[in-house]
This record gives sequence, C-alpha cells and structure tokens, in this order.
Amino acid sequence: MLKEKIEVINLNFYYNNNHVLKNINLKIYEKRITALIGPSGCGKTTLLRCFNRMHDLYPDNRYEGKILLDGKNILDKDADLMKLRSKVGMVFQKPTPFPMSIFDNVAFGLKLKGIKGNELRDRVEKALKDAALWDEVKDRLDESALSLSGGQQQRLCIARTIAVEPDVILFDEPTSALDPISTAKVEELIVKLKENWTIIIVTHNLQQAARISDFTGFMYLGELIEFGSTKDMFIKPRNKLTEDYITGRFG
Amino acid sequence: MVKSNIVTLRKAKNSIMLLLCFISAIYGIFWLFWILITLVIKGSEAFSLKLLYLDPTPPGVEGGGLRHAFVGHFIIVSLATVIGIPIGIMAGIFFSEYGKRSRLFTVLRMITDILVSVPTIIVGATVYAILVKPLHHFNALSGIVALSIIIMPIVAITTNEMLKLVPNNLREAAYALGSYKWEVTLKVTVRAARNGILTGVLTGIARIIGETAPLLFTSFSNQYLNLNILKPMASLTVYIFNYVMGPYEYWHQQAWASALILTLIILLLFGITRLIIRERRK
Repeated sequence: MLKEKIEVINLNFYYNNNHVLKNINLKIYEKRITALIGPSGCGKTTLLRCFNRMHDLYPDNRYEGKILLDGKNILDKDADLMKLRSKVGMVFQKPTPFPMSIFDNVAFGLKLKGIKGNELRDRVEKALKDAALWDEVKDRLDESALSLSGGQQQRLCIARTIAVEPDVILFDEPTSALDPISTAKVEELIVKLKENWTIIIVTHNLQQAARISDFTGFMYLGELIEFGSTKDMFIKPRNKLTEDYITGRFG
Repeated sequence: MVKSNIVTLRKAKNSIMLLLCFISAIYGIFWLFWILITLVIKGSEAFSLKLLYLDPTPPGVEGGGLRHAFVGHFIIVSLATVIGIPIGIMAGIFFSEYGKRSRLFTVLRMITDILVSVPTIIVGATVYAILVKPLHHFNALSGIVALSIIIMPIVAITTNEMLKLVPNNLREAAYALGSYKWEVTLKVTVRAARNGILTGVLTGIARIIGETAPLLFTSFSNQYLNLNILKPMASLTVYIFNYVMGPYEYWHQQAWASALILTLIILLLFGITRLIIRERRK
C-alpha cells in the first residue's frame, strides 16, 4: 500500500536571483526509495537540500511553493528548522565523521535530544547494528572515527543519522567517494533501511538508481522532466530527453 | 658545439646560485647559533639554584637571587594569558563563524591585523596612560593588561585561520542532525580545529613571555617579592634589562643565567607547538 510522505507543490527556488528550481511537483512515498537523477547542475542536489532546508544556512535564498511533510508545510516561515532536521536526516557525498570517538559520533544527535546513560548506549548500539557496522567497531568504540576506512566512515554517518530516528533520510550521492566494494555495502544497507525509513537519494550513477530505487525523478536544467516508477522509467521512458539521458546520449 | 657551451654555462650558473643560497643560509644560522651558544655557555656558568629561591641583596652586595622576578614574571604572564586567550579565541570564533557577512567583521578583522603589528612599546605607553597615570604609580595589573592586549590578536587571528580550514560539510553534517549554531561551533567546528588553536595559544605565550618594553612602563620593577598586582612587580625581562646595564659583575652573571632560563622556556613552548603540528599531520 503506497502512502504519501512528502508532497512537493509548485516549488520554485531562487539562489542569488537565479531561478534554480522551476515549478517542481512531486510525491515521495513512505518506506520507498526515490532516486533523483540528471546531469551535473540540473538541480537535483538543490532539490534534495530543500527537504531539510539546508539552504537556510546561506544568505540570498528564496523558496516559493510548498513542501508538505505529513501534510504540514515545511517551508512555512515559522517552521522549526532544528526539529525539521531531526525528522529529515541527511547523509553527504563525502563521509563527514566528527573529530571524536566512534561512539560519540553516533551519540551526537541523541545527546542533543538529552538522551543519557543506558538508553544512550542502547540506541548507539542499535544504530550501529542497523547500519551494519556494529561487528566491525564494537571493540573499538572509543577510537577516533577518523581511523575508520572511507566506507566505514560513510556507514558511521548513516548510523549517526538513523540514531535520532528521523522519518526521512536524504542521501546526496553517498557512494561517489567510495570504492566498488564499499559502494555495494552501502547500497545493500540503503535497501535494508527502506523497511523503516522513507529515502530520497541523489545519484550520478544510473545503474545505482536502477538497482535500488522504487521511484525515479529525472531532472534537467532545474525542471523535473519525468517522474515515475523506476521500472517504467528505465524500460519505457515517456520523454525523449529522459530516454537520451538514460541511454547515455548526453550527461 | 655551441649548444654544449650553453649547457656548461647554465650548469655553472646553477652551481653559483646554489652556493650563494648556501652561504646566505650559513650566515644567518651562524649568528643565531653564536648567540645561542654564547648564551648557553655564559648562562650555565652563572647559573646557580640560589637564583631561583633567593631575593636580591642590596645593590653592591654580592649574592642573592631573582626569586621575586621569577614569581612576578610568572604571575604577569599567566594572568595575561588567562585574560587574553579566552577573548582571543572567542574573537576568532566570531570572525570565522558569526561575523563573516557583517561590516563590523571587516572593520574588526582589519583592526586585529593592525594590532598584531603594532610595536609593543606603544601598547605599553597606551596602557601607561590608561592604568598607570590615573593610579599615580606603576602596577602589575597594567603590565598584565598590556601583555594580554599583545596576545589577544595573535590568538584571534590563528583561531580565525584554523576555523576557516574546517571543511564546511562538517558544519552542514552537524546542522543536519538538528543542532543549533552554538552546538555546531562548540562541539564540532572548534573541536576539529583544536590543535591549530592550541598552536596559536602557545605561540602567543612564547611571544609575550619575552616582552620587556611594555612592562617598563607598566609593572616596572620591584626590589622585593610582591604578590599584590596593584603594586609594582618585578619581572625577569625588566631585571635582565636593568642588570645588564648595571655596574656590578654579579648582576651581569645573574642576567645571563636568567636569559638562558627564559630562552629555554620559549624553546620548550615552540617544541611543544611543533609536536602538536606533527601530531595533526598524522
């Protein structure tokens, strides 16, 4: 049964008076993986960063339209961004471990929420297990997170994100800095996370989108050209541009 | 044939330039080592533990030590550090994390840059006007304030530069977990830059520990051990200055020994700084 988690309605986004996102309409379904694909500069990462309002960290940005999360507009002026970001987590392109121990990295978001003691330890352990990292780090939780390999660091960042139990997880090209083996592990993990979380992933890698996503949106020059189930889009795209991109004629 | 001549010529030029650089380097290093070696020889000859635990004898009476100057120096430098460093670090944080887009930032950052290169004797003279003149006598507090004014911009600028090196995606990752700005700054950004900031702090301390000019106008000197910062206080650098110019041989000896100890402390601080930098590179 498909349930809508997020609905984007007539979203326009301006950066320094550049019209970067043009009239985007889109639905994100609960506990499904939605992939955003398109050539560099098409606006897919910009769209992703609207969902947790990351753009608000920088000046001269303007949103128009609505993004409904569980029916509530997150673009409202009085929306609590800190609350929003603990509901919509994000994993970045490059692994971003904090300069502290493995344990403290995962505990970071939990401590902000005031969780302590045994509960903290249990939730860190659960998050590391969910991120398929527990067995590799359980004996070295006090070591610096910077001592982990790139792939492990990325799974640590995923653990850190799911530890605070968000509803939605945003992935911004999470495997583009990883080797093939680490990439396979992270992909496997993302598919597993779908059981509990709604996932939006931006990727440059078309095979990745085809392998792991349920829905795909193809973007070009700030517009959402086509959106539909991944199967349909990769087998019989409706739009000529989508077909050209998927078959590798440009990009 | 012509070609091989050119090659020979270029080779010769190359050797001459290398030789010139080498000689220049040797020239610089020679004087530095000459000073250091003289200091070590003369200083260690004159050194005696009495220097550390005896107060000075009346002028002309041999013996005694500089306990009061060691204590005074320690008090002045450590209080200046305690005042200057938190302000410097917080100013650096403001420059890098909060003020970046305001006009206030541009102005303050420029003033800080200027402050670093202001001759320290001017800092001393300024503090003299503010804290010595109105109190009608020299006092250690004014020396503390002068040194803290000298250390502050050094720490502020290093902190600013070190925080700028922290990749922005680290900040974004902390925000993405729902942190407020001060949580991001304190728990992630400053933490990521802590070795660099510490390096700035140590460099700053090494810098003020050897200052004489700003203390001449402010804390001045004192023949006796004094722990009251509202009164004149002896410091090593001022004592070295006075003793070197004094008429007695034993004064010169004590000045050598004190200069050696001060130099060793500064070298130690720089050594720790190098260790920290190497640690960070790993």
